[in-house]
Amino acid sequence: MITTIISVVAYVVLAPLVGGLLAGLDRIVSARMQGRVGPPLLQPFYDVFKLREKEDITVNNVQDFYVTCFFFFVVVTGAFFFAGGDLLLVIFTLTLASVFLIVAAFSSNSPYSQIGAERELLQMMAYEPMVLLTAIGFYMTEGSFKVKDIISGGAMDFLPLVGVFFGFIFILTLKFRKSPFDLSMSHHAHQELVKGLVTEFSGKTMALIEVAHWYENIFLLGFVFLFFANGTIWGAVIGVVVCLLAYFLEVFIDNNFARMKWQVAINSAWLVALILGVINLFIVYLI
Amino acid sequence: MGTIFFLILFPLVVAFVLLVVKADAARGAIVKFAALVIAAGSIFLAVQYFQNGGQYFDFSNETVNYVMMVIEACLAIYIIYTGIKHKKYLASLFAIIQTPLLIWFELTKGHHIQVGSNLYIDRLSMIMALIIGIIGSLICVYALGYMKDFQHHHSGEKDRRPWFFFVMFVFLAAMFGLVTSNNLIWMYFFWEITSLSSFFLIGYTKTKEATNNAFRALIMNLLGGLGFAVGILILGFVYDTIELSTMITYGTMYQGIMAIPAAFLAFAGITKAAQMPFNSWLLGAMVAPTPTSALLHSSTMVKAGVFMIIKLAPCLGMGNFAGLMVMTVGGVTFLMASFAAISQSNAKKVLAYSTIANLGLIVTCGGIGTAGAVWAGIMLIIFHAITKSLLFLCVGTAEHNIGSRDIEDMDGLFGRMPRLATFVMIGIAGMFLAPFGMLISKWASMTAFVDSGNILLVAIICFGSAATAFYWTKWLGKMAAVVAGAENIQQNVHKEEWFVQGTLVVLTIAACLAFPLVSSYMLVPYLEGVFGGLSSMALSADNMIIMCVMVVVVLLLILFFFGKTKKRIVPIYLAGANEGDDLRFHGAMEKPVSVSLRNWHMESYFGEKKMNVIGCSVTAAVIIIGLGLMIGSLVTILTGGAA
Amino acid sequence: MSYVTKSPWVIHYDGSSCNGCDIEVLACLTPMYDVERFGIINTGNPKHADVFLVTGSVNEQNKGVVKQIYEQMPEPKVVVAVGICANNGGIFRECYNIMGGVDTVIPVDVYVPGCAARPEAIIDGVVKGLGVLEEKRKALASGQLTAPAAPEESEQAEEQEAASEENGTEKVEEKEEA
Repeated sequence: MITTIISVVAYVVLAPLVGGLLAGLDRIVSARMQGRVGPPLLQPFYDVFKLREKEDITVNNVQDFYVTCFFFFVVVTGAFFFAGGDLLLVIFTLTLASVFLIVAAFSSNSPYSQIGAERELLQMMAYEPMVLLTAIGFYMTEGSFKVKDIISGGAMDFLPLVGVFFGFIFILTLKFRKSPFDLSMSHHAHQELVKGLVTEFSGKTMALIEVAHWYENIFLLGFVFLFFANGTIWGAVIGVVVCLLAYFLEVFIDNNFARMKWQVAINSAWLVALILGVINLFIVYLI
Repeated sequence: MGTIFFLILFPLVVAFVLLVVKADAARGAIVKFAALVIAAGSIFLAVQYFQNGGQYFDFSNETVNYVMMVIEACLAIYIIYTGIKHKKYLASLFAIIQTPLLIWFELTKGHHIQVGSNLYIDRLSMIMALIIGIIGSLICVYALGYMKDFQHHHSGEKDRRPWFFFVMFVFLAAMFGLVTSNNLIWMYFFWEITSLSSFFLIGYTKTKEATNNAFRALIMNLLGGLGFAVGILILGFVYDTIELSTMITYGTMYQGIMAIPAAFLAFAGITKAAQMPFNSWLLGAMVAPTPTSALLHSSTMVKAGVFMIIKLAPCLGMGNFAGLMVMTVGGVTFLMASFAAISQSNAKKVLAYSTIANLGLIVTCGGIGTAGAVWAGIMLIIFHAITKSLLFLCVGTAEHNIGSRDIEDMDGLFGRMPRLATFVMIGIAGMFLAPFGMLISKWASMTAFVDSGNILLVAIICFGSAATAFYWTKWLGKMAAVVAGAENIQQNVHKEEWFVQGTLVVLTIAACLAFPLVSSYMLVPYLEGVFGGLSSMALSADNMIIMCVMVVVVLLLILFFFGKTKKRIVPIYLAGANEGDDLRFHGAMEKPVSVSLRNWHMESYFGEKKMNVIGCSVTAAVIIIGLGLMIGSLVTILTGGAA
Repeated sequence: MSYVTKSPWVIHYDGSSCNGCDIEVLACLTPMYDVERFGIINTGNPKHADVFLVTGSVNEQNKGVVKQIYEQMPEPKVVVAVGICANNGGIFRECYNIMGGVDTVIPVDVYVPGCAARPEAIIDGVVKGLGVLEEKRKALASGQLTAPAAPEESEQAEEQEAASEENGTEKVEEKEEA
């Protein structure tokens, strides 16, 4: 019980710090890949604090509510995860959070954010099967949906679930909203949808979304960690190293691809889920 | 037993009274009173048998059997007659085959089979009775205001409302009978009445389209009825029983032994639950007035089909072909209907496809036939009944007030009819979002699918729920959109409509909060009774508590923070050319251009026709193979027995 | 300490520029100048922007757009007029459709001269603007700075706000009924 509380508190406190630092590293690495120096490491924090200093404006009186709910449920999702809770519960809560964000964008009735919202929805549809299959894969190898049991389980799930692992890494690109699948909103410069999903959010609301993304990223990396955790210190070390590798692989992909069409996003994500996910699960079932 | 009789006979009496009462006020009073009594009756029934968990009633009465037979014959003659009159010979043909077949069976073999108990009540029937009694009668109350408007819109036509309400109440009576009959011949009788009632309700407007669709529904359900009759015949001749309870006991004890009759009865359930390839009748039923759709989709008709399959679950399962057939049909239907819903913009059609998809999920759960799967299936029935009726009634109200049932025309409903939009949003959230109803059961069914080891079904539910989230969220977004300058027009809505929708909203939320109790006091004892042993729930207790806490948290958040902001409200960004009203931008020709936002339907991916063709051909093949195998093994048993 | 100077997000608008200054503005983002070192990001969205970079003079056609982008930027914000055309109309000054520099429509905080303005000058201008930004932030924090929207616009906003407040309270009441 105590360890659960400690890990939840640690997540709530540390996730934004680590997430922000990772975002800062992301920007530096991206800059270096482009032959630039790039911003200071703490730049993402400066951005968020800056946004908090801005004037309070909004386009209607309900938008902030939805965004706050998005933030709240993203944190709750991660809290469930780090409390060792049920993986499906975690995924469903994350869906709830995403829906709040999408509804927030819809509520503005602005063309840019609405198209962004629809694209975000498409991305959600694209990655959801693979995320669910990942959870089910853990269940089939460990016999439990509980994160607690999966972490303490003796075997390293990466081996039987190698297909699922790569499938999950694939959809991480969608989840991190990185090129080639940064359809709904882009971190870089401006795009044809202005800022897509987040066009109408400004100031503190926008800061909240940024921090929520940090939380989300950390918790998604937690998923990656699960593949390697086997209850020993070595499993944990490998897990953390692979998490970092996965994160910077996404940064690498981000800088090497132009954006692709939405058709590619959904076709490839579903194909990956079918081939890597379903077939892997079928093999696990047979063994 | 008295309560059961009351619940069957009272709506029948009310129905006949409503047939002769022509005055609006009197009808209103009668319907409201009857609805109250029926709802109270069904609650009383649940309370009465709650302690002992159910009971079987002997009640053998030859006269009742003969009366039923005569009514059945009359109905068959009527069907044959209208079938010929409208040149729908298939309907006549089915009626000509099945009714004489069954009457012959009853008079010969059936006469000698000892029926231990004709009626029964168990926890599943209680749940069904509550759904029928509360939601069904709420829909009848809603229909009062709705049909008044409807008559107003179609003022040139004859007022056939007495007939409409007559059929509605007959429907309720038949449903009560259906869920409490243990004698399959009785159940068949009520089954056929529901088929015929839905025929009348769908064809209510008497337009050409309505008549055609009504006949389609009738023909498909008669085909199911034929399957039912064949199932009864096989049971009678081969197993020497016509009792549901006996059949299920055998099925539980010896897995697969009841596969052959179960397959035929499940086939009847599949037609009634509008599974592919029979989904077109439910879509066609959309031509009827909205209360009809709500009734067919939530508490009656299709629920009779899934009730049958859930009831038969112990006889199905991974181990036999009947189970495999049922779960494959359900799974494919769930996936294809979820996809097809994406391409629709007509609200009622989205709801129809979502119903078909959810029924598919329930049918799959029944087909898997484990305790966990059935738990999920029953939960789906409960949540679906409440939420879907709410959504249908909301769409009906929206249609009468904005003049369209197209989701794209519901722009700014949040401003135009704030209360209605809120109700729709609650309903939609209830259909797919954690922590609300349907998601809980979807979660449980996912666990059950994984446990069954059917990886194909696991894949289907993963992809299907992704599609489900897509089409619901885009509708939710449409509802949530705050469009500037919307004029509030919701004062025209009838009081009855608000009352019914409000009650359903309360029920939706109450069901989310009370479901752990429903689970531990109703479902678990029922499952333990049927499957034996200690049934483990599909969801662990702490997860259920977490869900309930989340519901409370979401509600509190909404109550305290929704719609409150101290921030300055500014216009939206329209590339710097906003005309200031958020509705138009300054166009290139120095003229204002209206902003119009539309949803994404992905026609090329999820076109309705494509999905139907794929779904129907796969399911039809599965059903033909499944039933073919059953007939084959039946022949083997019979000839083997003879040799 | 204030963070607004550490993360100035820029929106760039081309009035009726010959594109010379625009190319130089974008050149600031390249590895050669790399303004992201100062946390500067080029966002296309006024609602996220702190610095409004306008190139070219303002004409009859786009004066409304310039004004609206400016109004849609949340306080604190600064306007940097880049290039001589943005400063006072430049060689287009006498054209029939040209209003003149950006300051004919919105208040300008920093003028960056040049034809075209050099990237160094633009960066210098933005950095100068950061000082103004900081002052405005202080003013905003102490409540001296109010949103300087055009009179008719702010009235409308107030109306909207009032209307939405009514709606809000109404909704809460309905909830309780239900």
